[in-house]
Amino acid sequence: MNAVGIIFSSMNEKSVYELTKERTMASVPFGCRYRLIDFALSNMVNSGITHVGLITHYNYQSLMDHIGSGKDWDLARRHGGIKILPPYITAFANNDNALYSTRLEALISIREFLSECKEELVVLSDCDTVCNLDLSDMIEQHIASGADVTLGVKSSYVSSDNSRDVTVINSDENGRVTDVADYSGIKSGFADILVRINIIGKKYLEEIINDSIARGYHSFTYDIIRRNCRFDDIRVYKFDSYFAAIRSIGDYYSCSMDLLDPEIRRSLFAVRNRPVFTKVRNSAPTSYMEGAIVRNSLIADGCVIQGTVENSILFRGVKVGKNTHIKNSIIMQDTLTGENVYLNCVITDKNVVIRDGRVLSGHETKPFFIDKGSFV
Amino acid sequence: MIKKKETVAMLLAGGQGSRLHLLTERIAKPAVPFGGKYRIIDFPLSNCINSGIDTVGVLTQYQPLALNEYIGNGQPWDLDRTYGGVRTLPPYQAQKRADWYKGTANAIYQNIHFIDKFDPDYVVILSGDHIYKMNYAEMLESHKKNGADCTIAVFDVPLAEASRFGIMTTDSEMRITEFTEKPKEPKSTKASMGVYVFNKDKLFSYLEADEADENSSKDFGKNIIPAMLAAGEKLYAFEFSGYWKDVGTIDSLWEANMDLLGDRPTLSLKDREWRILSRNDAMPPHYVGSGAVVNNSIITEGCEIYGTVINSVLSAGVIVERGAVVRDSVVLGNVTLKAESTVDYSVIDSDTVVGVNAVIGKEKVLSKGITLVGGGLDIPDGTVIPDGVICGSEMLAELSAEKEGK
Repeated sequence: MNAVGIIFSSMNEKSVYELTKERTMASVPFGCRYRLIDFALSNMVNSGITHVGLITHYNYQSLMDHIGSGKDWDLARRHGGIKILPPYITAFANNDNALYSTRLEALISIREFLSECKEELVVLSDCDTVCNLDLSDMIEQHIASGADVTLGVKSSYVSSDNSRDVTVINSDENGRVTDVADYSGIKSGFADILVRINIIGKKYLEEIINDSIARGYHSFTYDIIRRNCRFDDIRVYKFDSYFAAIRSIGDYYSCSMDLLDPEIRRSLFAVRNRPVFTKVRNSAPTSYMEGAIVRNSLIADGCVIQGTVENSILFRGVKVGKNTHIKNSIIMQDTLTGENVYLNCVITDKNVVIRDGRVLSGHETKPFFIDKGSFV
Repeated sequence: MIKKKETVAMLLAGGQGSRLHLLTERIAKPAVPFGGKYRIIDFPLSNCINSGIDTVGVLTQYQPLALNEYIGNGQPWDLDRTYGGVRTLPPYQAQKRADWYKGTANAIYQNIHFIDKFDPDYVVILSGDHIYKMNYAEMLESHKKNGADCTIAVFDVPLAEASRFGIMTTDSEMRITEFTEKPKEPKSTKASMGVYVFNKDKLFSYLEADEADENSSKDFGKNIIPAMLAAGEKLYAFEFSGYWKDVGTIDSLWEANMDLLGDRPTLSLKDREWRILSRNDAMPPHYVGSGAVVNNSIITEGCEIYGTVINSVLSAGVIVERGAVVRDSVVLGNVTLKAESTVDYSVIDSDTVVGVNAVIGKEKVLSKGITLVGGGLDIPDGTVIPDGVICGSEMLAELSAEKEGK
């Protein structure tokens, strides 16, 4: 595939600050054994993109641990493979503006990397989305249409309570972008929203970058796309498979719970030739003890279950004690629950310990979040 | 330039394992799946890397394809190394000879040059037939302390079973005074585990002498060890007291799987200090549906459970549909148990589909023995496979014909 992938590991982190306090958006744990970046990376790898630059920001330790050499995605390669691009801060430019805050600024900081790339196309992707997509189809459309930029969009229902940070793309009958706007909240209904998986010619991208440096542009979507759609060929590509964007802890909760729906699970994990790859942790299989009751739950390896688990997501190495009842909850890696615990609509981050007899409850719209490593 | 290695391990993985019947029809015994997400060979390979041995030759012969593919470059075991790492060593054609491996000793003899390349002081000989967690470094320590020429790991077996093994008699210092392969009247219960540490030079000289002997059956237990004892070499036993099981039969394989179950399993795979590593496909987490019952069982990635699973070990990708029941059984990868089917006291090989209302085996307490069902079979709806049988495609055809006849 004649395309290089660029992944922004740290966009929209503020929207799920509970989960990104000590990690990047890319390394937010999701779906029992994955991290959000697994979806963006697997989409690329499964579409034949084997050269990926991973743009980092603050706190990328957990991300580097996860990626390692990239071999779990078959990206440990002599040619191409995955390159972690640390924030570009030189000894001489140590001022307040050194670290980027937008995608465009991030792209400006990786000019060196881009200029070394031999590929003609660049696929840009955020990692706040959960989806299993065939990008090669999008790339084919991009080439066939001769577009300068192709923006991934998904038709979604927008209303004032679910659409705070949503960008709406209007396009004509040929798929040419006519306007880009923030959702204003005035009208509810279906609209094409920007999913931030974009394809762009490398030359065109380099021109944009140079132009932005010259003119002080900051935003890829508003300064570039909205301005250029009038005279350049910018098109949309409509994704039609399952797609979820995580823009709040509520989104994270509901998107996780979506995985309990067999149809959604299949559309994410059982697509032929498009497995979702992740770091292998070599946990033993999960043990169900005498007296365990498990219903409608998704469970990773390495768990030991003695109590009851209902409508929940259990990550690797979770222990559920005797007479403990976990329902409607997301329990992350290596969380230990004692005996006679009751949890409802709770999200525990990694390595949480819940002592015997604790009763904790949140609500679907406002799940109760427990920080990494806490003792309750 | 090749860096010197203190120890090189040679893993004998060519065994056919004919007593595992259908399970080893298409794969070598070390490649037989175990414990949900492992294969037998994961145990010696993980033991090696956990013991600090990073150079391993795997000798393959019988049905090597699955095994070669599984081992690959050794990456899951951290054995993809620039210096050392894992190599599969099949029999090969040389200028003057082209031979299959004629016995365990001959297999090592044919690969002397592989060992010599690393100029090791010690060679560890392992077999790919056993389930155990063992620190070979401790054994090597004892070997050095004793100034031994060869150290053999021994495991205390019940006297009644001792005649199935190579049995060692030792003095109070654990020096071996006598070794008998499968004795009719065993004098001790110290059974050889098939784990040997040799000083390289001693090993090479005995292998060369044994190779020259036309009457030898080229076997470690039958030839090399007796020859060394006869010559008065220093052979010591190293007592191992952890979990160790020869999984050479369907019954012992089933038992070893069952040893993983319970509150305090006899064999724990959750020991973070001694991880058993394996090659895994990218599979999603497992799902347990609303009407499911899962008790005293282990379940792994890719499974979907809507029925009942009791006292069983399920491998990756097993689907248990609504109303299906599986008890006291070992179900290997990607098997589908369709609605209302029942599986009792059985081992089902991978990729088989058990039809609606089919009945396999009989409740354990009433059963004549374990039912073994082959891999890749499509068992028609309502088929009844009796207890204690080995059911491959031929038997399935007979059963279907009988059913049609009715």
